[in-house]
Amino acid sequence: MKYIDEYRNKDIVQYFAGQINIISTKHVRIMEVCGGHTVSIQKFGLPYLLPKTVELISGPGCPVCVTSREYIDRAVAYSRMEDVIITTYGDLIRVPGSTSTLEKEKASGADVRIVYSILDAMLIAKNNGLKKVIFLGIGFETTAPASAAGILKARTAGLKNFYVYSAHKVMPPAMEALIDDGVNIDGYIGPGHVSTITGQSIYMDIPKKYKMGVVISGFEPVDIMQSIHMLVQQIENNEPKVEIQYTRVVKPEGNVVAQQMLDEIFEYRADWWRGLGILKNSGLKIKKEYEMHDSEKMIEVEVEETIEPKGCICGLILRGEKKPKDCGLFGKSCTPADPVGACMVSSEGSCHASYLYNR
Amino acid sequence: MTMTTMTTMTTPTTIKNNPDKILLGHGSGGKLSHDLIDNLFTKYFNNPILNQQSDSAVIPMSSNHIAYTTDSFVVDPIFFPGGNIGNLAVAGTVNDLAVSGAEPKYLSAGFIIEEGFSFSQLEQIVISMAVDAKKAGVTIVTGDTKVVDKGKCDKIFINTSGIGILDKKNVGISSGSAIKPGDKIIINGSIGDHGMSVMAARNELNIQTHITSDCACLNHLIADALKSSKLIKFMRDATRGGLGTVISELVKGSDYGIQIDEDKLVIHESVRGLCELLGFDPLYVANEGKVVIIVGSEDAEKVLSKIKESPLGKEASIIGSISEDHKGKAWLNTGVGGKRVIEMLSGQQLPRIC
Repeated sequence: MKYIDEYRNKDIVQYFAGQINIISTKHVRIMEVCGGHTVSIQKFGLPYLLPKTVELISGPGCPVCVTSREYIDRAVAYSRMEDVIITTYGDLIRVPGSTSTLEKEKASGADVRIVYSILDAMLIAKNNGLKKVIFLGIGFETTAPASAAGILKARTAGLKNFYVYSAHKVMPPAMEALIDDGVNIDGYIGPGHVSTITGQSIYMDIPKKYKMGVVISGFEPVDIMQSIHMLVQQIENNEPKVEIQYTRVVKPEGNVVAQQMLDEIFEYRADWWRGLGILKNSGLKIKKEYEMHDSEKMIEVEVEETIEPKGCICGLILRGEKKPKDCGLFGKSCTPADPVGACMVSSEGSCHASYLYNR
Repeated sequence: MTMTTMTTMTTPTTIKNNPDKILLGHGSGGKLSHDLIDNLFTKYFNNPILNQQSDSAVIPMSSNHIAYTTDSFVVDPIFFPGGNIGNLAVAGTVNDLAVSGAEPKYLSAGFIIEEGFSFSQLEQIVISMAVDAKKAGVTIVTGDTKVVDKGKCDKIFINTSGIGILDKKNVGISSGSAIKPGDKIIINGSIGDHGMSVMAARNELNIQTHITSDCACLNHLIADALKSSKLIKFMRDATRGGLGTVISELVKGSDYGIQIDEDKLVIHESVRGLCELLGFDPLYVANEGKVVIIVGSEDAEKVLSKIKESPLGKEASIIGSISEDHKGKAWLNTGVGGKRVIEMLSGQQLPRIC
């Protein structure tokens, strides 16, 4: 497969493994922020190729995992309304809320539909004029521009029954919060697709304030091994900086059109992250000018009281302080088929990846 | 569409007085039911046992071991590149018998049809079943038809059960009790084709590919393999849940480990591409014409070359082996030189692929 096989080349992966082995002297903890990286690392068995001095830890970069139970509870409450159709990316439907999931609501008759794009959700709205169609807007800077584009398009098209329920978040506040909280990290593998939108400037504070490097990485084994090599080199030479390994996709300035679209539709708000708590300016709220498409503003619903699960250490895992295997529920009462915490639900969650590839 | 245009457009062989659509009355047991049986099922499945139309098929058996299996088919869409629900219904049951070491002989076919279903499509499905059954050397000896109200089932569901004759020497194959470290693991070709062809055929994805389902009856290939070696210790068709599920089910609780070499797996370019796009792991994508065979290492090459003689085994390869270490676990040696566990798939990767 062109453009993929080149980045799964065994010889090149082995070359970087060899180089890392040669230069690595200090014990380092490298956090991959993005869930896509977590999956690749486990799926290709990369930890097996690294020296004992290099430890990989997973961060808070799975959007499903960091989303609050309260958000799910509200989505569940919406789904119970007679005149509402919920449209969502597939990962979200099995995430446990306090007492239910969207999957369970669907089984009891709620109209919950999985879509691959917000455009599909808008089509559903167009074809169901008498229903309120709510799209669950989840994800970081990667998916937020698509939601923004959808809202813009809905307004232009006069699609009055289309709403977005935003849980969109931005990455840098979480990356800084982890360091502020004293989590032991020596360098970040930066999120490739988030950076495609934002460019590299959003990470510039990290080397400056915290003397810690960020290497923006692609998702194939060669990308990740090269990024680890670049980070280890930075750490060994004591030269923390922001570098882009994923140059075939990420431009230093990012995608300016997408950034403008985000600015047009969203404004920052304080938001709650599993494992990190409330971080200021970390969530994206739909601006007042577009509130006619904001379900939080336009659709009133009574939401049950949020109950957090007992014994689940998703929060500590998302902070990189514990590994999935440290959790008493892991693989016992919490499995992908019957998950307790969100990290076990999402295919990008570190518990899910660990369960599948590294038990 | 009038009856005549329908018949000339789609199925020139259709006989007179066939309806355009299936009605509730076709499942009533009355005149319409009899017409359907006479004009369609016995016409294509034609054989002396079925033609008796008695309450049970009465069949002569010569063996004291029979293999007996059943499977229901609810694939969506019912027609996909490389086959339809009828091909699946025959191949699925034939293969379940064959991998148990049995010689498939007789099938039953139960149809649950949604009111209003197109007769010509039903006829195409029945013809596919008849053709596949003939190729596989099995006889469809009994059947049933029910028609349900519109909306109470999705177009058509089919159940087939099958009986095969099991030679005493093959009785242990379905349990795999003779597997031991050193044995080799063979698969008769590429993985993931069926699941991805069905996925691509679903309209909502708006994807065009050239992926064709691998749906096929494997009993002749398996019979040849069994004739070529006495050391075949286990066989299973890698259907729902794919190769990964077969491997992890087999190794669970066993006193051996399994290792699979990723670079020995054949995964067609288009299948890999679609899997990448949708985030699926081809290891867990369904096949409908693939058998995993575990054979003593001294006979592995012999069995492999026998399988390769069949058109259904051209891409066969030895993909791994049974190991002494990491007991109870299956490991994948990844293409880039890493290692990871092969776990059982949890939840649904793809709904309604068979």
